[in-house]
Amino acid sequence: MLRVGDAASAPPFPEAAKDSLANAQMRRNVRHATDVIRTKRATVVGEMPDWQQLREAARQIKAHVLRHLDAYLEDFERNCTNAGGTVHWARDADEANAIVTRIVQQYGGTEIIKVKTMTSDETRLNVALEQAGIVPYETDLADLIIQLGRDRPSHIVVPALHKNRHEIRQLFMEQMGISELGEEPAELANAARAFLREKFLHVPIGFSGANFLIAETGGVCVVESEGNGRMCLTLPKVLITLAGIEKVIPRLTDLEVFLQLLPRSATGERMNPYNSVWTGVTHRDGPQEFHVILLDNGRTEVLKDVEARSTLACIRCGACLNQCPVYRQTGGHAYGSIYSGPIGAILTPQLQGLQHSASLPYASSLCGACYEVCPVKINIPEILIHLRRRIVEDGQAPLAERLAMKGAALAFSGETPFTLAQATGRVMQRPFKSGELLRNLPGLLAGWTATRDLPAMPAESFRQWWSRR
Amino acid sequence: MSDARTEILERIRGAVGTPGGHKQDGHATIERVYRQESQLTRVELVELFASRIVHYDGSVRRCHAAELPDTIAQTLAARGKTRLYVPSDIDRSWLPPSIDFAADEHPSTSELDRSEGVITGCTVAIALTGTIVLTHGKGEGRRALTLVPDYHLSIVFADQIVETVPEGIRRVAARSPALITTISGPSATADIEMTRIKGVHGPRVLDVVIVAS
Amino acid sequence: MLISLFITCYNDTLFPDTGKAVVNVLERLGHEVEFRSAQTCCGQMHYNSGYHADAAKLVRRFVDVFAGAEIICTPSASCVAMIRDHYPKVAAESGDPAFIEAVAALLPRVYEFSELLVDRLGVTDVGAAFAHTVTYHSSCHSLRSLGLRDQPLQLLRAVRGLDLRLLPGADECCGFGGTFSVKNPDVSTAMLADKLSAIRETGASVCAAADNSCLLQIGGGLQRAAAPVRCLHLAEILASTA
Repeated sequence: MLRVGDAASAPPFPEAAKDSLANAQMRRNVRHATDVIRTKRATVVGEMPDWQQLREAARQIKAHVLRHLDAYLEDFERNCTNAGGTVHWARDADEANAIVTRIVQQYGGTEIIKVKTMTSDETRLNVALEQAGIVPYETDLADLIIQLGRDRPSHIVVPALHKNRHEIRQLFMEQMGISELGEEPAELANAARAFLREKFLHVPIGFSGANFLIAETGGVCVVESEGNGRMCLTLPKVLITLAGIEKVIPRLTDLEVFLQLLPRSATGERMNPYNSVWTGVTHRDGPQEFHVILLDNGRTEVLKDVEARSTLACIRCGACLNQCPVYRQTGGHAYGSIYSGPIGAILTPQLQGLQHSASLPYASSLCGACYEVCPVKINIPEILIHLRRRIVEDGQAPLAERLAMKGAALAFSGETPFTLAQATGRVMQRPFKSGELLRNLPGLLAGWTATRDLPAMPAESFRQWWSRR
Repeated sequence: MSDARTEILERIRGAVGTPGGHKQDGHATIERVYRQESQLTRVELVELFASRIVHYDGSVRRCHAAELPDTIAQTLAARGKTRLYVPSDIDRSWLPPSIDFAADEHPSTSELDRSEGVITGCTVAIALTGTIVLTHGKGEGRRALTLVPDYHLSIVFADQIVETVPEGIRRVAARSPALITTISGPSATADIEMTRIKGVHGPRVLDVVIVAS
Repeated sequence: MLISLFITCYNDTLFPDTGKAVVNVLERLGHEVEFRSAQTCCGQMHYNSGYHADAAKLVRRFVDVFAGAEIICTPSASCVAMIRDHYPKVAAESGDPAFIEAVAALLPRVYEFSELLVDRLGVTDVGAAFAHTVTYHSSCHSLRSLGLRDQPLQLLRAVRGLDLRLLPGADECCGFGGTFSVKNPDVSTAMLADKLSAIRETGASVCAAADNSCLLQIGGGLQRAAAPVRCLHLAEILASTA
C-alpha cells in the first residue's frame, strides 16, 4: 500500500495549525532554528558569484533526469549490480518494508543501525521492522531524540528543533539510563556519542537512504554532518539502502553542482563535514553485502503530471521551510506529514493523493520566498496553484467557496453586473456596519473579522467618482 | 502479474513518453556556466586551504618534502601521540622514525577504536571549502581507518590543492573510484537548540601538513 | 502621454481614494488619464484559488478591454504579477493564436504605479509633501514578481518632509495571501502579529505599501489593536502636497 508516513490520517492544516500555534515553546524553537540557518545560508550563498548559475544547472540536470528516468535507473541498476550490489524495486511502502524485513531476516539479524532517511519515515519502516521483531536504532542525534521520545519530526534537516536542552536531557537520562547528566549541548552530544558508539561497533546490519544515486557508476552518495552515516555505511557486514527513484543523477561529475548547492542551502555551510560515495561492494573495505531498494510509492504519479513533475527535483535541503512565513509560525507538525513546509505542501498531496491532503496546497500565502531559495528552482507557488486547480476541477472544493467564486465570476463578467454587485454590497453590508467598519461577518469572512477589522465599502466607488468628473 | 521492476519502469515510460534524442545529448547540452576554474596562484591556494582548516580548529603545518618526517613528529608531539595506524601501502619515507606506526593489517574495530589515531595521504583537497577528499587508494587506507580513531593527520601536497568543488570532483572522477570520502572539518551537529557542537562521531581532531611541491 | 488606468476590482470598491491619488499624480506630471469603464478584474483571485476556467474568461476580458492602450497603469503590484507571471500561460493553454498574440502585445504595456513613475517616466520627485514618519512594507508580489526593491523607496525619499523609517523584515509576508487570509485565519493572524511588531518598532505613524491588499490586512490588525498607526497606499502619499 502507498503511504506517506501518517499523512492519510492527519487533520487538515488549519485545524492542526491551531494546536501548533498554541505551543509557545515549539514556536520559539522553530523561530530560533530557522533564523539561525537562514542567516548562515544568506552568508555562504552571498559568497558565491555563480549561485544563480549553479541553481539553473541543477534545475536542468534534474529536469533532464526525469525525462529519461527509466534509462538512468536501468543504468544505475546495471552498474551497481556489476559492482557486487543487489538492486530491488518496490512499488509502494509496504513492498519496500517487506523487502527490507526479508533481507534482515535472511541474514538472521535482530537489530539494525540506521542513518537518517526521510524515505524510511515515509514508508514507516520502523513500525514494520518492530512488528517482525527487529529493533531499528536511529543514529542521527535528532532522530535518536525523536525515537527515544516517541515523537514526530518537525523539520526536514533539524527534525528535533522543537525540543530544547532541558527536554533532551530529561529524555536521555530516562532512556539511556544515565543518572547524572549536564544540560550543555556538548554534554548531551557526548552522551549520545557514547550510547551510539557501542551500537556502531557491534550491530552487523546497517541501513541508509541515499542523497544521490549515480547512474554512470552505480554509486550511492550520502551527505551528512555527524559521522553516524560513515559509521553505518562502513562498519556493518551488511548494508541496505532505500532510495526514492527520483534520487538518480546521471554522472559522478554532476555531484560538483549538487555538493555546492546542498550544504549551503541546508545548513548554511560551505561544505558539510562528510560525504560518502560507495559502489556496490569493495573487497576488504566495508560491508560485503549491499542491497539497494528503488522506491516508487507515488513518485510515478507525480511524474505523470507534467506541470508538477519538478516537485521530484527536490534535494531535501529544507531551505524552503526556513524561509516560509507560514512554516515559521507553525513548525512541521501542522502539515501532518514528514514532508512539511512548502515542499511538503506540494509533495505530500501528490504522493498520498489530493483527496487525503487537500488542505496542504492552501497552507500558503503564495509569497514566493520558497522559490527564491530553492537550490533546484522548483516553482513551488506555481505548483501550489496547479494543485489547487486540480482540487477544484476534481470537484473537491467546498460548496460555499464554489458558490462564492461563481458569484464573483458573474460579478466580474461585465460592467453592469459589476456595478450592480457593488451597489448590492453597499446595501447588504448595512447590518454589519459599525461606523466605518464591518463587524462579525458570517460564513467565509468570519475568520477575518474575528481578529481583524474590515473597512466598510465607501459610499462612492472610484468609477462613480470618475463618472462625476 | 508483472514484477515491481517491470511495473515501475512501465509507469515511468507511460508518464514521460519516449523523449526524442539520446540522453547523452540531453546531458551534454545542460548549461554549465558556474565557476569551473581558478584564478588563484599556488601560494593563494595553500593560504586559503590552510585558513579553512584552522577555522575548523585543525592545526596546519607547512614544510618542504625533506622536512616532512620532522614536521609530522612535531605535529604528533603537540598532540601527545606516540603510536598511530597507517595504511599498509603508505610511503614510509614520510614517517619519522621516532614514532611507532602500525600498518593497518585489519585489526578489529574495537582495536581501531582504542588507537591514538591515523595518518594518511589524500587524493585532492578543495581550498574554498576546506575539504580533504579520499578515494581510499594508495596511502589513504580503507574507510574505517579514517573513521574510527579519534585523530586523523592528513598529508596534503600543495599540488593536490585546487580551489573549487568542480575542479576537485573532476580530479576525483578521473580516477573512477569506487569509494569517495570527503572530509570538511570534524563531524558536527546543530540538533540541540541550533548550538553547533563539533565532534560527534568520526575523528574529533583533524590536523593537516601541507607539503610544498 | 495617455495613460489607461486599471483601478482593480478591490481598489474600485474599497479604496477609491487610491485611484483618485493616481489620477492626481499623473495629471500633475502633465499626463492624460483615461478610465475604460468596462474593466472589472484581472482574474487573480480565481486563478490563485484554482478556478482556472473562470480566470481564463477574465483574462480574455481584460485583454479585450485594454486592447490598443499604449500604457496601462495600476496601483496594485499583485495584479501586475498576475498579468506578467500567468497571462501568457493562460493564453498558451487556450491554443488560440490571436489570444496568445494579444497577451504578448499587452504585457510590455502594463506597469505598476511606482514602476511607471521611476522606470518608464524617469521621475522620482513628483512634487509631493507629507510631513509624517512613514515605514514601507514591500509586498511579496512587488518584490519577488516585479523586482520592485528600490523604486517605491526612491519615490518616498523624494517626498518633502517625509521621515522614512526602514521596516525590519520588510520582505516578510504580511499574511494576506488572498483567500489564505480566511482559509487559514489563525496562521494569517500570527503572521500579521509579527508584521505589526515590526511596524511598532519603527515608531512610524504611517505604514505604506504598493498594494492595498496588504494594507487591508495590516490596517485590519492596526485598527483592531487601536494602534496609533494608519495605513496609506504609496499613491496617496505621492498625491499629498500639504
